[in-house]
Amino acid sequence: MPPRTMYEKIWDAHVVHEEPGQPSLIYIDRHLVHEGTSAQAFSGLRAGGRAVRRPDLTFAVMDHSVPTKDRHLPLADAVAAAQFDALEKNCRDFGVLLFNMQSPRQGIVHVVGPELGITQPGQTIVCGDSHTATHGAFGTLAFGIGTSEVEHVLATQCLSQFKSKTMLVRVNGRRVRGVTAKDIILAIIGRIGVAGGTGHVIEYAGEAIRALSMEGRMTVCNMSIEGGARAGMVAPDETTFAYLEGRPYVPHGKDFQVAVDYWKTLASDADARFDSVVELDAAKIPPQVTWGTNPGMVTDVTGSVPDPNSFRDPVDRRAAEAALAYMGLKPGTKIADISVDRVFIGSCTNSRLEDLRAAARVVAGKKIAPTIKSALAVPGSMQIKALAEKEGLDTIFIDAGFEWRDAGCSMCIAMNADVLPSGERSASTSNRNFEGRQGKGGRTHLVSPLMAAAAAISGHFVDIREWNVESSDE
Amino acid sequence: MTPFTKHTGFVALLDRVNVDTDQMVPKQFLKWVTREGYGRVLFYDWRYLEGEIPNPDFVLNQPRYQGASVLLARANFGCGSSREHAPWALQDYGFRVIVAPSFADIFYNNCFKNGILLVTLPEPQIEELFRRTAAREGYRLTVNLEDETISDDAGLGIAFQIDPFRRQCLLNGWDDIGLTLRHEDRIRAYESSRQPSAKLFGPLLNR
Ligand code: SF4
Repeated sequence: MPPRTMYEKIWDAHVVHEEPGQPSLIYIDRHLVHEGTSAQAFSGLRAGGRAVRRPDLTFAVMDHSVPTKDRHLPLADAVAAAQFDALEKNCRDFGVLLFNMQSPRQGIVHVVGPELGITQPGQTIVCGDSHTATHGAFGTLAFGIGTSEVEHVLATQCLSQFKSKTMLVRVNGRRVRGVTAKDIILAIIGRIGVAGGTGHVIEYAGEAIRALSMEGRMTVCNMSIEGGARAGMVAPDETTFAYLEGRPYVPHGKDFQVAVDYWKTLASDADARFDSVVELDAAKIPPQVTWGTNPGMVTDVTGSVPDPNSFRDPVDRRAAEAALAYMGLKPGTKIADISVDRVFIGSCTNSRLEDLRAAARVVAGKKIAPTIKSALAVPGSMQIKALAEKEGLDTIFIDAGFEWRDAGCSMCIAMNADVLPSGERSASTSNRNFEGRQGKGGRTHLVSPLMAAAAAISGHFVDIREWNVESSDE
Repeated sequence: MTPFTKHTGFVALLDRVNVDTDQMVPKQFLKWVTREGYGRVLFYDWRYLEGEIPNPDFVLNQPRYQGASVLLARANFGCGSSREHAPWALQDYGFRVIVAPSFADIFYNNCFKNGILLVTLPEPQIEELFRRTAAREGYRLTVNLEDETISDDAGLGIAFQIDPFRRQCLLNGWDDIGLTLRHEDRIRAYESSRQPSAKLFGPLLNR
């Protein structure tokens, strides 16, 4: 057999049916469902008189619109309440396991899957959500799909897919202190552009990726879609196995060893060919801050807001002009001179325990700047919330002036009450700085948890490297 | 899905790169549980001022682009979120065809599932179409999927290419799930061949 990439190995293991000139039918091992993109799919099933083929491979969670406080009170948002009711009913009628708002396992779908061990290496995972790539951190082929495809997977447990091209992103060297997985992925997107990965599955490799914890690898894979790629993956290794062992849905005892032996076969063969290769040096990546209205509009914390006239392509120039107008920024402004109104630490990109610990190290014993109107710390899951509280992180955040919330998507998408008001500026650990993403007229700057925490204390962006804080747990 | 063979319609243009699906349908409308009625909210934050008053500065609000059914767009159209609400809104608004230099992957799939034809053309041809649309009010294009051409009444003729399988699906309006279920025996065979590794890929038993 010719050498294969990890993507090709997982693909080959999941082909149900192939015919020349047609997309392949591939089997889906895990289907994750949330309230935001599933109601119409279940309606479609009902209309077609179809059942969920494998409810035992499907699990659902409430995350996008959930309130992050006062959950014991009735929902104020009637439209959201109707959507939650629909999910409850659909899961009941079709026999799908649901972690609802009251469940101690509730959280953001891409946080809950891995933490329960639902996500495992070698699987195919889909979800009606573009950040499904997060699960690729385990050596899993995971990607987002639309609602019609959600219905297709519910009905058939398969998906009709054309094979993607492959891209290897190798991050060599070591991060410096204060630089995180978030900075690595923002730098990658800055390099390849927001459409650089279109049509590709990315495999992240190299010393700097290997050195990341599972949390860090999830942060990197999470934002693959921001580089245009539907899926991103990292080969499983001892870090992966150690993370998975003992999690509720992972095989136990002897079965775990069998699983690990299989997982070890997944890595790309040494001489496997990728359609394109990109290399970065982690040592040369400073903390990153976005200045515009897509994640590719990003620069170093030591840099400044670019001049639209520096873009050669007229279309890009106009895009930069529009972005600066929306963001209320002038060309040449130093990133460190940009002050922020609100801080959001959360989202499927950066809401895991390691992220919260990192931010807590920055704010411990300090107070948020008086100009900060609000600072939110929103754990990715109720389990993370409980673990963080055991370590006393909640007290650290609250003492510093943060609000400590329940788990959900929160101000990443602002479908609940956590909204960035028009004209205000946020330092956010989420993944999208699109116009209106955190609230109509809101101005989002994407950064790492360390950088967001430091912005909360200073009231403006600062180069966290000067504060000498540990970037991650390892 | 509605079959697509040939379509003639007025052209509107959206001169912006990287238009993301958050702009097409903002988050507040993702709480609806139906597939209908998204046309009114298409490009909501660009299209409306406070109180849902049409913003005269937004291109689709210009009188000359009313009734357009072909949208001419820029690179990486439909990037970002996987929300299928975006194609639902475009279709409900009246668009049947979108022409651009490139599209984002998930959006591309989602449009096909809804019978919207996406045509990818090289930048110079896109420029030419932008020029022609801007130059003449009431500019129309005919998009023919059968012979894969785009033409106007002023001598323009452009060939485009789409994947033959996708073309067949669109021409016939095939139902995807129906197509897959023809392979029920293969799916079942695959599932039983998995039995020895059921521990790895098997059911999510509640523990
Ligand atoms: S946290 Fe944000 S990006 Fe992640 S699933 Fe929720 S809304 Fe999507």
